[in-house]
Amino acid sequence: MSPFIKRAGIPLIALLLIFIVPQVLGKFEVSLLNDIGIAALVVLGLVLVSGIGGALSFGQAAFVGIAAYSTAWYTTTQGGSPWMGLVLGLVLTCGSAWIVGAITMRLGGDYLALSTIAWGLSVPILFANLPALGSHTGIDGIPAIRIGGWELDQSGSIFILIWLMVGGGGWFAWNLLRSRTGRSIRALRGGKVLMASFGADAFRLRLTLFVMASAYASVAGWLFAHANRFVSATPFSLHASVDYVFMMVVGGMTQLASALLGSTLYIGLNNILQDVLPYISSRGAQVNALVFSVLFLIILERLPGGIGRPLNRLVSRLLRRRRETLPDAPPLSMRKMPERGVPVLNVQNAVKRFGGLVAVNGVSFELRAGEILGLIGPNGAGKSTMFNLLTGTLPLTEGAVRFMGEPTAGLTQRQIALRGVARTFQHVKLRPAMTVLDNVALGAHARGRCGLWRGGLRLNREEEARIMAEAMRQLERVGLADQAYELAGSLALGTQRLVEIARSLASDPLLIMLDEPAAGLRLLEKQALAKLLDTLRSEGVTVLIVEHDMEFVMNLVDRLVVMSFGGKIAEGKPAEVRADPQVQAAYLGSDE
Amino acid sequence: MDSNIAMILLADGLAGSAIYLIIGLGLALIFSVTRVIFVSFGSVAVFAALSLGAMEQGQLPAAIELVGFFVVVALLMELAGLWRSRAWHRLPRVLFYWVVLPFVPCGLAAWATSQESEIIKVAAAILVVIPLGPLIERVALRPVAKASVLALLIVALVLDFVLSGLGLLWFGPEGLRTHASIPGTTALTSNLIVNNQTLLTIAVAFGLALVFYIILQRTHTGKVLHATASNPVGARLVGIRPAFTATVAHIIAALLAGIVGVLISPVATIYYDSGLMLTLKAFVAVIIGGMSSYPLTALGALLVGVSESFASFWNSGLKDAIVFGLLIPILVIRSGLVPQRDDNEEEGDV
Repeated sequence: MSPFIKRAGIPLIALLLIFIVPQVLGKFEVSLLNDIGIAALVVLGLVLVSGIGGALSFGQAAFVGIAAYSTAWYTTTQGGSPWMGLVLGLVLTCGSAWIVGAITMRLGGDYLALSTIAWGLSVPILFANLPALGSHTGIDGIPAIRIGGWELDQSGSIFILIWLMVGGGGWFAWNLLRSRTGRSIRALRGGKVLMASFGADAFRLRLTLFVMASAYASVAGWLFAHANRFVSATPFSLHASVDYVFMMVVGGMTQLASALLGSTLYIGLNNILQDVLPYISSRGAQVNALVFSVLFLIILERLPGGIGRPLNRLVSRLLRRRRETLPDAPPLSMRKMPERGVPVLNVQNAVKRFGGLVAVNGVSFELRAGEILGLIGPNGAGKSTMFNLLTGTLPLTEGAVRFMGEPTAGLTQRQIALRGVARTFQHVKLRPAMTVLDNVALGAHARGRCGLWRGGLRLNREEEARIMAEAMRQLERVGLADQAYELAGSLALGTQRLVEIARSLASDPLLIMLDEPAAGLRLLEKQALAKLLDTLRSEGVTVLIVEHDMEFVMNLVDRLVVMSFGGKIAEGKPAEVRADPQVQAAYLGSDE
Repeated sequence: MDSNIAMILLADGLAGSAIYLIIGLGLALIFSVTRVIFVSFGSVAVFAALSLGAMEQGQLPAAIELVGFFVVVALLMELAGLWRSRAWHRLPRVLFYWVVLPFVPCGLAAWATSQESEIIKVAAAILVVIPLGPLIERVALRPVAKASVLALLIVALVLDFVLSGLGLLWFGPEGLRTHASIPGTTALTSNLIVNNQTLLTIAVAFGLALVFYIILQRTHTGKVLHATASNPVGARLVGIRPAFTATVAHIIAALLAGIVGVLISPVATIYYDSGLMLTLKAFVAVIIGGMSSYPLTALGALLVGVSESFASFWNSGLKDAIVFGLLIPILVIRSGLVPQRDDNEEEGDV
């Protein structure tokens, strides 16, 4: 397929379908498709926040309900326009989502899930007990939406609006996931430390996603109210929220298309069951709910990726990803590098105590621009703790760390990363399902400005091209340009380490910190890594290597700091350190 | 509201707190041992209550059918396991543990139905739901035991829908109240008269909390549970099987659920789907306790029970929403007190 047909043809066909389908199909089928479209909108949001973002929400039906009731109340009792009802619904759902998210997300994943269960239970109770909202009888007589002089009062006409919304919502989410913000969204499941290492704020991003998912639910609720012209509390119960989770899981949770797949399967099956069950049991409706629950359990236990995953694998095998040629783009703005020899990192008498255990005991050293410093020591010497102190993962008990003359005490990991400290991880943290290029582009996150809106609306193309060009440049630098489009998870460990280094280079760092880069590598991989680091040194990059493999660092670094039992026992050129009897004793044991 | 009403509401609230405390103990136990937020706890309690109600009306409790259903599924799964590993010599064991043992309390319940004594019926109602604990664990939770906490939460929630669906199918949609285990009232002061059932509930909760504490601290089984909870890998290395501890935890929890069921059914009308609400309100208490601290959980239970009691006086329709509303200030305080959790856990797909 030529890219032109792909770019223009598919939306055109979809648009044609949206206008043709309601003319062709019967009223019943159209209203079934309306239900599917409304559910798909909710699940789209849920896929973003839960499936991809990893924050599980059991409250989506409540958000749908809030929006549906807002517009119902506003248009019937206040006589307002449905469009203002939409705005009111958006304000209320996004506002409440922001509050719920802000107070629960800091506490970790399970709290959001539990709180949204409580939320999903309480909100419908509120609807059913507020006389202003019609209590148990609900609100009817909701007017139809009008666009100019066109009244959407038939299932066929509202169909067009619903599916335009689904198309628009899907397009926005699709663009978003391919943008700078989207890459960090896809990295969310890698954990907070990974996010902070390239300057992204996991908490804020998840909160944004949660609010965004509630906005999708809000649009769905608005359409629901004006399509059915009646609202009551039942369709917004906790059961409905769990049904949305069901649709997401069935569809395969990490792909946007699963929203469409899941809602179609669910509503289609539900419809079939409603026809069939009355013949089998006198309690059809109850058995129906039971069948779905059992089915959901079986899918969760036997097919945790849902039906979407095998399907997706099949599709991606058919449509082998073609190598895109990146457009030429001007480079991203760069930091002013310090002059060679200027102190970059200064550690004064660093102490870290865990209760009674002193892990780092009064260590001081300095790192100057353009040099490679090795921090070595046997197992348990306190190297990793030192590393965590420098990156801000742990706070110092005593002493001071200065980066470019500025004390880092009180700065978060993310703030330290934003000041120009890039790092790699001992246990490689790449996102296995993202391409190598996307993983490296994550490193350039802090150098871009385009956010949610520009990403979703594709107003970010110029910046995006510069970020991808930068990522490719760093991949070339580490010699992996020809593997740019492979999935990071398919690479060998040694190659993954190189990708991590490319990612840290992409942030245009003043200092790169490598956490045990040689651990677990084979000899050839170690040699390749050493060669790369040697090249970087000749290019003037400042590097701190924390390593326990003495041989690996010996020929590589300008200076060594040796730690043992939390204290610094030696510092100097590799040859001097090697000759130091204390170091030999620490590494080989002594006879004393 | 005069002081008399306030005292009565307070007494009711204390009884409610006692119930939430017992549920909270069970939830915390199962969560710490298996990482499952066991939402179905309340449904098991409901089955005990409905069984007691059925027995009082001289009918066989439908919990027997429920146990039978799970026995069939569990047996099929066990047999499939035997077939795969060609370990047919273990068949008698499997039959004993997964068929004979679960039906013992069922037989007891069938016998108790024809008895006059309320105490026997109460005991039978508690016992008849105990097999449900390990059976549910075997059938629905063990196959996904290694999944993430959030995946387990989805499973637990859906499982509860299955249970309440089965409850509706077999117990029917009608709500019921049972006779009080100890009828009558006690005048605590001249103007405060309290149901004996209320006093019993509070006493039982205190007793159970004490026994629980002693069992977990002093006995071998308690230590095994404790070890699994604090370090599952280490526990496995010293020869503790996670499946075994999970079964024990679920047996204890089902016992607690049975007790909750018979304590609550004389004072509240119980429907097949009342369980989820019970569990979730107890969860508010557990969250106050941060999922680990027993004294704070007790305090949380007190807060939830008493505020529910007063809220129901003010607006009975909204009382559940009001109790969940308590979560907001609690979570705000918790997220202020506890520094941002640095869970650097890499999450896989659910």
